[in-house]
Amino acid sequence: MEKKIMLGNEAIARGAYEAGVKVSAAYPGTPSTEISENIALYDEIYAEWSPNEKVAAEVAIGASISGVRSMASMKHVGVNVASDPLYTVSYCGVNGGLVLVAADDPGLYSSQNEQDTRCVARAALVPVLEPSDSQEAKDFVKFAYDLSEKYDTPVIVRTTTRLAHSQGTVTLEERVEVEDKPYKRDPGKYVMMPGNAIGRHIYVEKRMKDLADDGSGFPINRAEYNDTSIGFITSGIPYQYVKEACPNASVLKLGMVHPLPRKLIEEFASKVEKLYIFEELEPVIEEQVRSWGIEAIGKEIFTVQGEYSANMIREKILHEQVELKAPAQVPARPPILCPGCPHRSVYSVLSRLKIHAAGDIGCYTLGAVPPLNVIDTTVCMGASISTLHGMEKAKGKEYIRNWVAVIGDSTFMHTGVNSLMNMAYNQATGTVIILDNSTTGMTGHQDHAATGKTLKGEIVPAINIYHLCKAMGIEHVVEVDAFDTQKLEQVVKEEVARDAVSVIITKSPCVLLKENVFPYKCKPVTDACKKCGMCLKPGCPALTMADNGTIVIDDTMCNGCGLCMQICKFGAIERVEA
Amino acid sequence: MTKNIMIVGVGGQGTLLTSRILGGITLEAGYDVKLSEVHGMAQRGGSVVTFVRYGENVAEPIVEEGQADVLIAFEMLEALRYAHFLKNDGVLIANEQQIEPITVVTGAAKYPENIIEGLEKEYTLYKVNAMEEAKKLGNSKVFNIIVLGMAAKHMDFSKEAWLKVIEKTVPPKTVEINQKAFLKGYES
Repeated sequence: MEKKIMLGNEAIARGAYEAGVKVSAAYPGTPSTEISENIALYDEIYAEWSPNEKVAAEVAIGASISGVRSMASMKHVGVNVASDPLYTVSYCGVNGGLVLVAADDPGLYSSQNEQDTRCVARAALVPVLEPSDSQEAKDFVKFAYDLSEKYDTPVIVRTTTRLAHSQGTVTLEERVEVEDKPYKRDPGKYVMMPGNAIGRHIYVEKRMKDLADDGSGFPINRAEYNDTSIGFITSGIPYQYVKEACPNASVLKLGMVHPLPRKLIEEFASKVEKLYIFEELEPVIEEQVRSWGIEAIGKEIFTVQGEYSANMIREKILHEQVELKAPAQVPARPPILCPGCPHRSVYSVLSRLKIHAAGDIGCYTLGAVPPLNVIDTTVCMGASISTLHGMEKAKGKEYIRNWVAVIGDSTFMHTGVNSLMNMAYNQATGTVIILDNSTTGMTGHQDHAATGKTLKGEIVPAINIYHLCKAMGIEHVVEVDAFDTQKLEQVVKEEVARDAVSVIITKSPCVLLKENVFPYKCKPVTDACKKCGMCLKPGCPALTMADNGTIVIDDTMCNGCGLCMQICKFGAIERVEA
Repeated sequence: MTKNIMIVGVGGQGTLLTSRILGGITLEAGYDVKLSEVHGMAQRGGSVVTFVRYGENVAEPIVEEGQADVLIAFEMLEALRYAHFLKNDGVLIANEQQIEPITVVTGAAKYPENIIEGLEKEYTLYKVNAMEEAKKLGNSKVFNIIVLGMAAKHMDFSKEAWLKVIEKTVPPKTVEINQKAFLKGYES
């Protein structure tokens, strides 16, 4: 059989394919995005970008009820958005198998918090599988569909950044076409009003107990007995760290981390002398195991923050002196907006006008850091607009005369649109800037409802953001070229002063979109340079100051947007055809 | 024995392409292999690191401090940042390019001086001005493949195997220039 190196996310997509999945829905979010991008390559699966994770989950639920196998995938905070349907579909159960992939981010590589999806799953009474490498990622997805249909339950496959973005070898198998389950009207199961839900809750509790009992016999929960003086209970990527640091220890590798297979755990605990529980993030396994009266060591020596490592075990358990050289003290290199990014142009205007911004989730969150320092708040998707509204209602409209909300086009379509409806309805006077770069930038350029292209590459009518805002009854909606800084400055001044809600849509495609590269390069005109450093203020990485104070522009980095040229009052930067 | 390779650089410098080639060649040679990458926000000009581990049976997908056999650095500051991941007998292959991080551009920090001299004292260092060499070949974008070519001398695969996997990995139009770039490094 063919072997391939696959990203964890690619392997999940392959698992969905081999399991006969027919419908997949998602909203992009690191580290889950590549699941959908890879699923979209299979002609046998309908795959879409939905506007947000709640919608994606509901699409998958509908597909399941109609009788086909379906998947929704999202990052951990996306699970929060999807939690409303998730908690209740747990009661409904499934017709065709239903799997939700949730990608956690220990170490916060690309997220706003470090929450643990297992906690959500415990509350929602949904089983969770956790693979440890790419091969298991594929295998567990297939097993998840069998479990889903056998136990009438949605199943969460939980990954972490390290698994999602690691590659490993995977053995490919054929797709098994699963026959659609016949649809039968069953309101007691699919109409969750109180009378029906009472009965389903009883079913759900029994289901979780059955899963816990049967779990001791699942092949994905595996006791590996070696030296029994040390035993580990672990799962996911941390299992690999255990194998690396203590190849001879006994290990109980849990493939299903909720509900826990109690019998198997009790048996393992009774056979090892010292029991460690090695789990990243929250002490989910540890607290349950201890509640059964089993002695175990866990979070008193291992942190609830960040990623684990094999060195951690060597140090804390084996007490090996890991001799490490001290890292060199070097300047940090945080991510920055790209050269030619339209967000930088908008922020340079806001910065000049000393305007504060309630921010949102995307590349443009980088407007919070030096040298731009424009964004003051960032909470979650869509929150920019509603937090600005809250400020106004708390402190009055004068208070927000030097404030705006900034939100990207994709984030606006995700949940920002609800918040803007609220501003329109509740008579706000704030100004919302929609940074429309025609894509979902930070996750690597995914389309959305306002770009006019689907995940499968079909060209479709784009939802027009301008008309959408107008349809809410917002009178003042202005579209401006993001790089026309003069006009933008004037529009921002007018709109923040206005005693009514207003929307400014700044337009210019993401500079990394291939069709958008400016056909220019910016060049310094050194003789005219007054060494004032104004052009450096927006923090374009292509610009640096030479030792003599004049400006140098890195030809390989410059994307020719011309923002620096607009800022220079002395004509010391020109733009030439590339 | 598992071999531990790291590729470090600045987001956008092509670490992902380089790791794809590395992954491809290890698999062709019949090894078990794991790679770990950074996607998402850090790719926007941030410090990025990719781990590649190959051998009979690879458990963890990351290379931990003090365990790298080969460290491939596309940028000097990043070479310095990750040098302590090298084993005592590890090899550092560094592109001499310097890219100022925003912390330096804004004056909040200073780009360290004499990085090469300092690293040479502590590590086995092979350096190259890959950008210059790539320009001579006619395409500055292939600088990373020149650096990979130099690093390839410290791994366990034949020249022919490298050229073959490059052919399979890069876009068809760029096969020739990438192979040339590889040989430039490999035969230097």
